[in-house]
Amino acid sequence: MISLNINGKDMQVDADPSTPILWALRDNLNLTGTKFGCGAALCGACTVHLGGQPVRSCVTPISAAVGQKIVTIEAMESDKVGKAVQEAWVRHDVPQCGYCQSGQVMSATALLRANKAPSDADIDNAMSGNICRCGTYQRIRAAIKDAAKTLA
Amino acid sequence: MRIEWLNQDTMQAAVPGAGEGIGEGMTRRGFIKAGAVAGGGLVLGFFVPGANRFANAQAQQAKTYEPNAFLHIAPDNSVTVQVNRLEFGQGVQTALPMLIAEELDADWSLVRSELAPAGEQYKDPAFGIQMTGGSGSVAHSFTQYREIGARARAMLVAAAAEQWKVSPAQVKAANGMLTGPAGQKASYGAMADAAMKQPVPATVTLKDPKQFRLIGKPVKRLDARAKSSGHQQFGIDFKPPGAKVALIAHPPVFGAKVAKFDATRAKSIKGVVAVLEVPTDRGGSGVAVIADGYWPAKQGRDALQVDWDTSAVEKISSDKQLADYKALAQTPGTVAKQADTSRLAAAPKKITAVYEFPYLAHAPMEPLNCVVDLRADGCEVWAGSQFQTIDQGAIAKTAGFKPEQVALHTMMAGGGFGRRAVPTSDYLVEAVNVAKAYRAAGKSGPVKVIWSREDDIRGGYYRPAHVHRAELGLDEKGRIVAWNHTIVGQSIISGTPFEPMMVKNGVDATMIEGMGEPYEVPLNLSVHNVKANVPVLWWRSVGSTHTAFVMETLIDEAAHAANMDPVAYRKQLLGEKHKRHLAALELAVAKSGYGKKALPKGQAWGVAMHESFNSVIAYVVTASVKDGVPHLHHVTAGVHCNLAVNPMTIEAQVQGAALMGLGMTLPGAAITLKDGVVEQQNFSDYTVARMPDMPVIDVHIVPSAEPPTGMGEPGLPPLAPAFANAVFKLTGKRLRKLPFDLASASA
Repeated sequence: MISLNINGKDMQVDADPSTPILWALRDNLNLTGTKFGCGAALCGACTVHLGGQPVRSCVTPISAAVGQKIVTIEAMESDKVGKAVQEAWVRHDVPQCGYCQSGQVMSATALLRANKAPSDADIDNAMSGNICRCGTYQRIRAAIKDAAKTLA
Repeated sequence: MRIEWLNQDTMQAAVPGAGEGIGEGMTRRGFIKAGAVAGGGLVLGFFVPGANRFANAQAQQAKTYEPNAFLHIAPDNSVTVQVNRLEFGQGVQTALPMLIAEELDADWSLVRSELAPAGEQYKDPAFGIQMTGGSGSVAHSFTQYREIGARARAMLVAAAAEQWKVSPAQVKAANGMLTGPAGQKASYGAMADAAMKQPVPATVTLKDPKQFRLIGKPVKRLDARAKSSGHQQFGIDFKPPGAKVALIAHPPVFGAKVAKFDATRAKSIKGVVAVLEVPTDRGGSGVAVIADGYWPAKQGRDALQVDWDTSAVEKISSDKQLADYKALAQTPGTVAKQADTSRLAAAPKKITAVYEFPYLAHAPMEPLNCVVDLRADGCEVWAGSQFQTIDQGAIAKTAGFKPEQVALHTMMAGGGFGRRAVPTSDYLVEAVNVAKAYRAAGKSGPVKVIWSREDDIRGGYYRPAHVHRAELGLDEKGRIVAWNHTIVGQSIISGTPFEPMMVKNGVDATMIEGMGEPYEVPLNLSVHNVKANVPVLWWRSVGSTHTAFVMETLIDEAAHAANMDPVAYRKQLLGEKHKRHLAALELAVAKSGYGKKALPKGQAWGVAMHESFNSVIAYVVTASVKDGVPHLHHVTAGVHCNLAVNPMTIEAQVQGAALMGLGMTLPGAAITLKDGVVEQQNFSDYTVARMPDMPVIDVHIVPSAEPPTGMGEPGLPPLAPAFANAVFKLTGKRLRKLPFDLASASA
């Protein structure tokens, strides 16, 4: 058993220590909001916050998360910045297939925590690790700026 | 182009059972009140008349599964619409409910939608099978869904009139409320049970487009909130109790087989419950590792020792294939279009061009997956299927059941772009084979097969590689007087059930769609339909992924040779006949400021337009080249899709399709093979567009009240040629290869 703090709660996970956080969340804890896209930290669909930083949960083993706080998309509704991002996502009708959007929201939330008024270049830098095959980038860009305004 | 290759006749020829109940036309197909549901209310479905598979099955008591509902108005006022399509980003599960809500005069805030499972009633009225493709979802269901809404409204009004003892004409229905002449009021939900007792009207009058309140307005997606908060369940998220996860070790070359394998190390991994040899696509075999979750299954698969027998299968290498294709392109192939090219030899100006297009993977963000619960008397399957009728049949055949013993649930899918509409149903059949092997090994319970990203990139079903060779002759004024053209590539259709109808005289209609059109040009077109051991498939916008690039860059070259502005040249070629093309082009030109606005230094304009799936998209773009790398800055779209049902989604579809078109141009956007093995593995070596690649895309729609045409795909084809045409202006070089390679391009 490995003890993990997820969305503010201590949880016991019966899994090999090498198990990526992604699969502990999805298969052991049934938290399926965090998505599997590439398994190699290349697409960002699995982004969670670990110790306040965005990480790719598909390559981060649970052994590396012991003693730290893991925050997932499921906690964003009760997070001031995360909620503002989600509301902006809805206002701008961002999602298409929606599969990458959990990761997009997590990356955008981390960006806005660190940078209250990101420029286009800041957004490109922070979001370039999150792939959207549907091509929602333009609306994501607008929604991030809009969320920044509502948080100002 | 018209999508003549994909219609009900072709489907009936290709797919057993296609068109049953639909073939005789919607007029003979009645609407019925579907069976009562828990909680009551008004439920409308379809009656499928005459002899059809389900009616026969009913007679034989063999049927276990017959979903039939399109609309449910519940006593709590909620309005639930069954969407007979796969939702995978295109917005159909918002657009189809809009059609019902419009005619029903429902309160939009109370409208919900669900994806319908495989069922006879859910067949596409035009295709005759249940499927999502050909950009036809809204276009084909435009009348069908509106009629359901109108009928339900009429029944609610009739019920209210009866209760209030007034004439139906005195009852008003608006925004989910019924009101009577003396101030009587009832919500739709309150009247739903009474409405269910009313006869279904045989005919209804639909609204004139001028009366639309919802259709034509920008409406936000019904799933936007769930998809922004992690609550949306996709196929890959579905896990019935006790389900195990399986990964399949696929053969390294398509169709190869396991020679022998050692599962000792795999079985020693905690959580691995079975390691089984299974049949794989194209007559191959592989090894399935079944475990408690993805991670142990993955570890188990990594630990497998498999010796493969690749001796019996062709091993393609891209370099050699390209050389072969180029040689073939020098020779005439099977005639597809004929024209007099006698003026070519003596033409004062000539353009000779060879184009290269690689294989492309669809790479939807949600990796392929399929849950199978196989039992003795039938099976239940959950998958994001684009091809429900075909997949249900293939699952049944593989499992040894009748189609009606297969319940196929349509799961929300994380993209598809064609990959979930496979004539062989490859990944579903493989999943059923894993479930069969698991059962044969004495185990029971559902199995979920998940593909890794590497499985997806290397697993086949690509947009085929092509070579085009063009020879154009122009007169002194730059008019095209002769055009000889040869296309070399694999047919998407050959070898599938669609072949008898969609491959005519050796020419696959999907390989040539868009060639020559819409211009009046003397095009002599032939094709070489090559066989190769690489599975190929439609990719968003199908043949137009390559034909539009060839057409629109060649027209640009011809305009340049004629010393004419490319917009003026296109307009001259179009004449007065192609009004929708003209309108789209003129709108894009006007909104972009083309020819008027001064561009920043180092930027240039590029123009292209293309019709696919009956919609026309014109792009005017601006681009620059920095350090030998082309950059796209701004795209202005002129869209003609007739009536724009939901402009908000149409804008998103154009932006998304355009970005996918841009993705084709980026370095690394190619699948290549060496000795039969795909060389790319993941997003590290197979490039897709990312945030910094995104230009600003402004979308403008030509106003129209004509019945809507396709919008999921048409935004893709004209993007890359518009970009290439801008790069020519900047560099004098013609890009004739995708992805772009400016260094090797010729001036």
